[in-house]
Amino acid sequence: MSVLVTERSRVIVQGVGREGRFHAAQMRKYGTKVVAGVKPGAGGTSIDDLPIYNTVHGAVEATDANASIIFVPAAAAADAILEALDQELELVVAITEWIPVHDMLRVASVLARTSTTLVGPNCPGVISPGKGKVGILPIDSFSSGSVGFVSRSGTLTYEIADLLSREGFGQSTCIGIGGDPIIGLPMPKAVQLLNEDPDTRALVIVGEIGGTDEEDTAAYLRAFGTKPAVAFIAGLSAPPGKRMGHAGAIVTGGQGTAASKVEAFRTAGIPVATRPSEIPQLLREQLS
Amino acid sequence: MPDGADTIEAPPVKLHEFQAKQLLHDAGIPIPKGGVAYSPEEAAAVATSLGGTVVVKAQVHVGGRGKAGGIKAARNAHEAREHAASLLGRELKGLRVEKVLVEQAANIARELYLGVTLDRARRRPVVMLSTVGGIDIEEVAVSSPEKIARGWPDPLLGLQPFEARGLAFGAGVPVEQREAVVDVLRRLYGIFTAKDCTLAEINPLFVVADGTVLAGDAKIDVDDNALYRQPVLAAMKEVSAIDLNEEKAREIGFSYVRLDGNVGIIGNGAGLVMATLDAVKLAGGDAANFLDVGGGAKEEVVKAALEIVLSDDRVRSVLINIFGGITRGDEVAKGILDVLAEMKPAVPLVVRLSGTRATEGRALLEGKPLTSRATMDEAAAEAVRLAKAAPAVAARRSA
Repeated sequence: MSVLVTERSRVIVQGVGREGRFHAAQMRKYGTKVVAGVKPGAGGTSIDDLPIYNTVHGAVEATDANASIIFVPAAAAADAILEALDQELELVVAITEWIPVHDMLRVASVLARTSTTLVGPNCPGVISPGKGKVGILPIDSFSSGSVGFVSRSGTLTYEIADLLSREGFGQSTCIGIGGDPIIGLPMPKAVQLLNEDPDTRALVIVGEIGGTDEEDTAAYLRAFGTKPAVAFIAGLSAPPGKRMGHAGAIVTGGQGTAASKVEAFRTAGIPVATRPSEIPQLLREQLS
Repeated sequence: MPDGADTIEAPPVKLHEFQAKQLLHDAGIPIPKGGVAYSPEEAAAVATSLGGTVVVKAQVHVGGRGKAGGIKAARNAHEAREHAASLLGRELKGLRVEKVLVEQAANIARELYLGVTLDRARRRPVVMLSTVGGIDIEEVAVSSPEKIARGWPDPLLGLQPFEARGLAFGAGVPVEQREAVVDVLRRLYGIFTAKDCTLAEINPLFVVADGTVLAGDAKIDVDDNALYRQPVLAAMKEVSAIDLNEEKAREIGFSYVRLDGNVGIIGNGAGLVMATLDAVKLAGGDAANFLDVGGGAKEEVVKAALEIVLSDDRVRSVLINIFGGITRGDEVAKGILDVLAEMKPAVPLVVRLSGTRATEGRALLEGKPLTSRATMDEAAAEAVRLAKAAPAVAARRSA
């Protein structure tokens, strides 16, 4: 058993445009059971051998799906997430970026009343190397092992997974939680999943400037952490008031600085790498 | 976790005070009588029509306008003209004043603070109310947070009357103004949601000598992800000359932020680009910009990115850091080669390709007029070294 993505996962794809189709194929190639696509109006057809349904309800009824990955464009993405939540799926991964924040506030309010785990939006998704992935992460960077990896970034996640894999640190599960201000699975909760996962022996946490997720994560680990952990924070050199690509990555009012996050992790006894390339060595030291 | 100041998000699209006040007025919140003026003559005309003492306020996107001398009281039209003349065309904290708001001065008895923004950690809007208005509310949030009453309404329900009342009691709003403040607070919350705001703030809300309330100043920031459904607000977006590249980049579909250094940066993925800026800093240099080309960067995207970075005269070297996931290293390399052939940049390029088909990509770049490095750290060090070695005049684009 792994976290979020398991051998039981049966995934539908909401939004079967170019990107959705490409990644559906990639996920299937990796052994993930992708069972249906959803495209309003195209029900009854099939795309790349994938049966298409008009609604998530129809897809779930026919295929017993328990997870969804969403590629629907920003303007309709919140509606797609709500449709998935309405079917009480176990896991919903929203890849879409640029969703209006007020849409996500409403989604978060509904989400709090469900038992669904929403990862994202604006995220690369989840991979349990060797077991499956619900996401767009490039499999070449990942290898199976026992390091649990949580990150707010996309390519930086791949870069660090690559560094870990090269140094022999395979991963149990990698969760790309997304770079938006309002996300479904905040960092402390993602870290908690891995902290409580028997397949995970050590944690790597990659944060960035903005918000207080990293500080809250450090506080959680200080109280409940049971595994060796290493952190990295991107944006050390970012000036206040400038938004660094991710809508969430900004320093305002003296809050959300890299320094405050680094301090929080160090106070919790978690070493913070100055650069990504230091992570494997710090992990080795923590594990010895 | 501290509440309050940490939840104040940055302004994606800032509205001017006069635009924000128009939204308040449309929503039924009382504002002072006034008008916008683009010349001293227009300012005098507005002052004449208002009569009595007026306030002339520079309309620029900076905080602390009062302290910076951007707000001046005038007893008559003559003084209003003089104040407008001294403000218009002048720079306030680096931004040129192109218009002023001329408003009837209020007879102020006291000032309140009202604000609505996002609380990321709680994943809800946060509504704030304080009787300590008119001054830097972020300072109050830090020094005496108990003076700000806060509530977190369910976005599906909106700010309910009981919640607004609770805030008014919590903040100690005098009984005479309670009803009016509750009303303004609920209308302000309505603007926050209807207009896709990340911040909607009235600071101060004047309590006038006759007991009525009036929005003294207003700040509204709009979520740029929602501009597609806010056409009126989208039209209010102003782009200063310094932000032109940021706007151009946005139109192409990637994000660019101008910074203060001289090492141009191009990368894929916000987190990776941030880490690249940090690597440059650790190598003893400073980045000239943040530029994220996003996922699946193809030839024309790489080219557009290079054009923007090279158009910056301060740039002494360019660092291209690509981690190929879905993006293929050889495709990126081909894009860079095309750019080299077409543009012949006058500043040195350092390229780091890793991930999918990076070996093939690096092979394509061999023998070309650029430096290739295997890791982010090595590439950052080389880009910083080249930037320091470059003569100051060399940074010209050879068209």
